Amino acid sequence: MSYVLAVLEQRDGSLRKISHEVVTGARRLADALGGEVHALVLGAGAVSGTEAAGRFGADKVITATNAGFAQYAPEGYARAVAERAKAGGYGAVVLAASAQGKDLAPRVAAKLGAPLAADITDLAVEGGAVVVTRPVYAGKALLKVKVTAAPVVVSLRPNVFTPVERPKAGVAESNAVAGDGGRVVVRGIKAAAGGTLDVAEAPIVVSGGRGLKEPANFKLLEELARAFGGKAAVGASRAVVDAGWRPHGDQVGQTGKTVSPSLYIAVGISGAIQHLAGMRTAKVIVAINKDKDAPIFKVADYGIVGDLFEIVPKLTEEIRKLNG
Amino acid sequence: MPPKFHGVDFYNVDGLLSEEERAVRDTVRGWVDDNLLPIIGECYVEGRFPKQLIPGMAELGLFGANLPEEYGCAGLNNVAYGLIMQELERGDSGVRSFASVQGSLVMYPIYAFGSDEQKKKWLPQMASGKVIGCFGLTEPDFGSNPGGMITVAKETADGWVLNGAKMWITNGSTAQAAIVWAKTGAIEDQNSIRGFIVPTDTKGFSAKDQKGKLSLRASDTSELVLQDVRLPKDALLPKSGGLKSPLMCLTQARYGISWGAVGAAMACYDEAVSYARNRVMFGKPIGAFQLQQARLAEMLTEITKAQLLCLQLGRLKDAGTMTPQQVSLAKRNNVSMATDIAREARRLLGANGILAEYQAMRHLANLESVYTYEGTHDIHTLVLGQEITGLSAFS
Amino acid sequence: MKIAVCIKRVPDSEARVKIAADGKSLDEAGVKFILNPYDEFAVEEALQRKDKAGSGEVVVIACGPQAAQETIRTALAMGADRGVLLEAATVPADGLAVARVLAGELKGGGYDLILFGKMAIDDYNHQVGPMVAELLDLPCVTCVAHLDLAQGKGTAEREVEGGMEEVEFPLPAVLTADKGLNEPRYPALKGIMAAKKKPLEVKPAAFGAAGLEVLAMTPPPERKEGRIVGEGAAAVPALLRLLREEAKVL
Repeated sequence: MSYVLAVLEQRDGSLRKISHEVVTGARRLADALGGEVHALVLGAGAVSGTEAAGRFGADKVITATNAGFAQYAPEGYARAVAERAKAGGYGAVVLAASAQGKDLAPRVAAKLGAPLAADITDLAVEGGAVVVTRPVYAGKALLKVKVTAAPVVVSLRPNVFTPVERPKAGVAESNAVAGDGGRVVVRGIKAAAGGTLDVAEAPIVVSGGRGLKEPANFKLLEELARAFGGKAAVGASRAVVDAGWRPHGDQVGQTGKTVSPSLYIAVGISGAIQHLAGMRTAKVIVAINKDKDAPIFKVADYGIVGDLFEIVPKLTEEIRKLNG
Repeated sequence: MPPKFHGVDFYNVDGLLSEEERAVRDTVRGWVDDNLLPIIGECYVEGRFPKQLIPGMAELGLFGANLPEEYGCAGLNNVAYGLIMQELERGDSGVRSFASVQGSLVMYPIYAFGSDEQKKKWLPQMASGKVIGCFGLTEPDFGSNPGGMITVAKETADGWVLNGAKMWITNGSTAQAAIVWAKTGAIEDQNSIRGFIVPTDTKGFSAKDQKGKLSLRASDTSELVLQDVRLPKDALLPKSGGLKSPLMCLTQARYGISWGAVGAAMACYDEAVSYARNRVMFGKPIGAFQLQQARLAEMLTEITKAQLLCLQLGRLKDAGTMTPQQVSLAKRNNVSMATDIAREARRLLGANGILAEYQAMRHLANLESVYTYEGTHDIHTLVLGQEITGLSAFS
Repeated sequence: MKIAVCIKRVPDSEARVKIAADGKSLDEAGVKFILNPYDEFAVEEALQRKDKAGSGEVVVIACGPQAAQETIRTALAMGADRGVLLEAATVPADGLAVARVLAGELKGGGYDLILFGKMAIDDYNHQVGPMVAELLDLPCVTCVAHLDLAQGKGTAEREVEGGMEEVEFPLPAVLTADKGLNEPRYPALKGIMAAKKKPLEVKPAAFGAAGLEVLAMTPPPERKEGRIVGEGAAAVPALLRLLREEAKVL
């Protein structure tokens, strides 16, 4: 019987949606190994939304509390997760490759003396061993990697392990964790102007490039994003980020973020290779550009050639109608 | 933003370079991509030299890069110096002209013909870009025949008085110091030509930009007028003497230009290849058509030949055996082939090729000046003819 | 200030990826190698901090093949004082194995700061920095986009979903650098010449057993050919129909 520890994320006392992906991934692994999923969330007190963990496949949901855990506490969290993993004899630990996960997972792995297979897009069990897939060289190649040490520690690329409801008991448990948050103290998060939906986590991304002509015109994309009812984030090509029109956090591409949304709409983006590297794994790509020879059309599933200043408002209007 | 340039290297000439030479080339290549290419189209159209780049160029060590470290210079070998010129001209011939003048035509004569005091006083300031210089040799009526110059320098009790005019002087209006060549003896006596360091704020010295240029527009080209310009004795470059002195400087500059032209050709070729792959006409990329492929094959062949020519020329220069005639061959060939490549690239780009946002036409226009200056194509032809036959066909 | 910067030699981001005959690694023929771009921010930060402090030493350490000496010399050309190459023909895919070797080299070095790039652009592992910190029991902040240092401590800003996280930490510490931390300088030409004369020690890297085994490297799945749905705003209804009925994403 293998136990898989799924490390969830909370912010401001609420479970972050990416946690559903973590449980889904952990459930897949546990089913392949023949075992249970125990979800673990760390916070200062109770975390709302943890019932969802049961819905997506957690047999147990553990809330580990400590006064110093309200904000992410790198050392405190790492110690708590590693100790829980050791004490419970967990065969695998699954985290999200989110901003927090990318920081936490290596620490946990090192504490457990285990390797970390990071940012994976697929996992399976072959011949009793966990085999994962991870993109390398900015997605220009895929690596198939076998984990030969124990425990197995993996982090999941956001937006790839689409949450699947596999209801399990989700028995809730709460434990206090001794000690403090550690030497590295998070004082808080300065919210970005745009909002809290990150391009790397949004199911729909509407991205703009130089074709928008001026920074003020990004308003058109913000309206389109809003029409999707909170599911869409606005991304940007490197050109407009370098020109100072959009913040670096919105940049999609090789030197920005790699995104895997269900739907990626590229507006006024020519499709330079380094941009494609950041979004080529999107499930569906739509391109809107006035140049029918733009390289983006080679990668898009659907394209509209024409003036984006006419097309985008029309698209916004139709999407609003769709969503009532 | 333009994509980063990855070089044109069909014969792995990179494998013949040392690690330092490659590192120097890569640094300048990256600097040109990040700092020069994004603004050069605009500067060219506006007819403006991007002065704001001077401190960055100085910090990299681009001025007088092949002069010794004791004067604040990088102390690089001549192949590395050539690679710097190649990458600068891949950006723009006008900007490369700026660096050629500063290094080969101003710092070099001070280094070769100056006193220790002059070297110590001027070279570090010029290496750091604090003092910009220009080279006053060419005159309104004396281009290909600099020996006929009529600018004179009369010796006086406490110094010199210079009178005359120079034309087509790069950096003239920006410079704080001008290396002026003048006859100290009879007007027919070429051997009396000597070099002078003239601070441009000296009374009687003026520089005026020449307007209406359709080539090297991102470069300052000026007329210099010297009217009773009084200089102290120590303004003379003591070891200068005869036409040979400015010609030695020109050989330095021409060496750099041989490499520079290859850079311009590489830029045009790279742009043409990219365009040929992406531009679709009649249902396929234009690169699939025979006539375009012929153009590109020709370009790659000429670039490859020129690269190997430059490299061997640089090795000869580093070995101390390079002759001015060898430089003539390279300058003549490389500039001519680059001009051809720029023109063919412009044609391949079709209508887009006339826009400033593409490089070909700017390089084409610039290279017409490079064809003419630093010894016209025809002059270098006669240099080679004389070298081959032993007979002068100059007059 | 004594600062160590761990750097990596990686293929240029624009390199065409061809898979080698062994089916598990990159075919290196014709590939240009560079200093990992995120490491440039780390080297630059080290140089600036040393300058601000007025004195100190910047040491760059790399794990890699002999050719990585060239990468170390790039950092020396930027201004680092000396370099160490922990030499091995191949670097394991297991970040923990790499971290153990680096930690062994860094231990007892008395560094005020140990800097890394946040990740390498070849493997996207994003892990060696914090793992080294764990092994050396040092505080660590990853993906630092802004840094302030005071006596014995520092404040960093790092990008998280929806904003910037503000973090405080004591020194000495391990930090991993993100884009935006600074503007890396070009190696000045004098620096390139000086780099040749700076000390560069080469030692064999003794990697322990790796816990990850690469089974295969494959190209990404080809995307199915797409199509232009139409022209102008008039094509929008057709697009939406396709997104709903064919692609089923709406």
